[in-house]
Amino acid sequence: MIEKEQVLHVAKLARLQLSDEEVEKMVGELSGILEHVDLISQLELDGVEPTSHVVALENVLRADEPRPSWPREAVLEQAPDPADGAFGVPSPQAE
Amino acid sequence: MAELLKLTVAEAVAKIGAGEIAREEYSEAWREAAAGDELNAYLWRGEDGAGKGGGSLAGIPVAVKDLFCTEGVETTAGSRILEGHRPLYTATAVRRLAEAGAGVLGKTNMDEFAMGSSNENSAYGPVRNPWDPERVPGGSSGGSAAAVGGGLAPCAIGTDTGGSIRQPAALCGIVGLKPTYGAISRYGMIAFASSLDQCGPLTRDVTDAALLLGAMQGRDPCDSTSVGIEGGVRAPSQESLQGLRFAVPAELAHDAIEPGVRTVFDETLARIEALGGEIAEVPLPHAEHGISAYYVIAPAEASSNLARYDGVRYGKRSGGEGDLIEMYETTRSEGFGEEVKRRIMLGTYALSSGYYEAYYGQAQKVRTKIAADYAAAFAQFDFVVTPTSPSVAFRLGEKTDDPLAMYMNDFFTVPMSLAGIPAISIPAGLAEPEGGGPRLPVGFQIAAPAFAEQRLLEAAYALEQSLGFEARPGGDGGG
Repeated sequence: MIEKEQVLHVAKLARLQLSDEEVEKMVGELSGILEHVDLISQLELDGVEPTSHVVALENVLRADEPRPSWPREAVLEQAPDPADGAFGVPSPQAE
Repeated sequence: MAELLKLTVAEAVAKIGAGEIAREEYSEAWREAAAGDELNAYLWRGEDGAGKGGGSLAGIPVAVKDLFCTEGVETTAGSRILEGHRPLYTATAVRRLAEAGAGVLGKTNMDEFAMGSSNENSAYGPVRNPWDPERVPGGSSGGSAAAVGGGLAPCAIGTDTGGSIRQPAALCGIVGLKPTYGAISRYGMIAFASSLDQCGPLTRDVTDAALLLGAMQGRDPCDSTSVGIEGGVRAPSQESLQGLRFAVPAELAHDAIEPGVRTVFDETLARIEALGGEIAEVPLPHAEHGISAYYVIAPAEASSNLARYDGVRYGKRSGGEGDLIEMYETTRSEGFGEEVKRRIMLGTYALSSGYYEAYYGQAQKVRTKIAADYAAAFAQFDFVVTPTSPSVAFRLGEKTDDPLAMYMNDFFTVPMSLAGIPAISIPAGLAEPEGGGPRLPVGFQIAAPAFAEQRLLEAAYALEQSLGFEARPGGDGGG
């Protein structure tokens, strides 16, 4: 159903680092779940509209009134690495 | 003090309003009860449960699932990745309760990011079922259900994405209501699957559920998908089911249901007939595909919603010795638990190039068919009824090694979530678990058309009055 290479590829897309043991387990478990999920692939559903949202709502508007945004200090208090009034992160490029 | 804890929320509101009991005395009694939590139901307990001001819930302490943001109070969603996180704002549902005079009694334990049916996926340890501490309370609102069922809170709120209010309510012997999608604002509710997530009450009885729903429902400019319930919500008072038509899914006869649960279900149908209600079978042919569709759609939305936990703006950061990507990966791998990783993987796979149409596209079409089945049923019937859960509370650890077996707990609750319609679980009796043991609560689920909450509450109330379920943990009081 799902191979080890696919699990590793999907983990990379999801920014997850899985141990060898986790990968092994994931192959078995995801295959079992997908086997069940695959039952719906046998349903004849050509021409059926997909549902992404159950309540019929379109273009919900609100008054465009300016309001203050969160104070910077309060937001940065929650940050793992507040640096120079911004969110600090490691360099995108390894040295 | 014990007398105070016996009052329903509606009774307590009346007595506090009439000055028969002091607000502080009432909330203090509940603070003490909550402090005796041996079920691991609470992750945090507050000091201001009495609330402020008048209103429909004046003086009522409410247990709040830790998925709701509460300003300045740690909000973890049951996850390590949010350990120590103190939100800057309070969820609209919680704010509305406060505006009605309620206070926050505590924050309740839950499956991590609301992903689970047993509360065993919490990073802070499992919650125990008040009826049998060796059994699960259900999930993901397991802490809220155990708190109310175990006498640690007069009422609670939770969230339901595929059954996370109704199933734990059933397993803990209390009332759980999932309103129509859009009835209550999702603002400040940490997102799992945004097209399905809905807040609702977990209470001792139907009247209290109506009271909490009435306080929380309504349109909110902060959630453009919220619409509220037209005309609001009143306390239910209907005593008869005369002229009401209840549909039982025709497929139910073949579904895997524990014998004890089936017996209570059949007895409840007989009760409905005795109250003047009509029962007939109706085909809901796509409901059986609900689990498949749900376990594509919900993980797909979750994989997107949980992308925000990257160790940059808030929450826990791990790693950081290497480059940015290394930090992202280490943070997420150490911060998320096993089930959350499994669902992120499942959702990412279902949305990945080459598989999108086969999985996500197909699941969304199944969703259309399930909604159409219900629409057809509601053209002839007022309600659709099922057991809430295929079994009574199962043992801790019994299903942790088999994700698919765990997912099957949601078999009867997922279709309503996919259709966006309201459904309530009320305690209908007690049944022996398979394999024997003391009898445990069984939930009876009633579903209604979108925004028909008042009619749903009236029918549930009539049935509740007739059933007279008064059993409590620790005493096999009948039912």
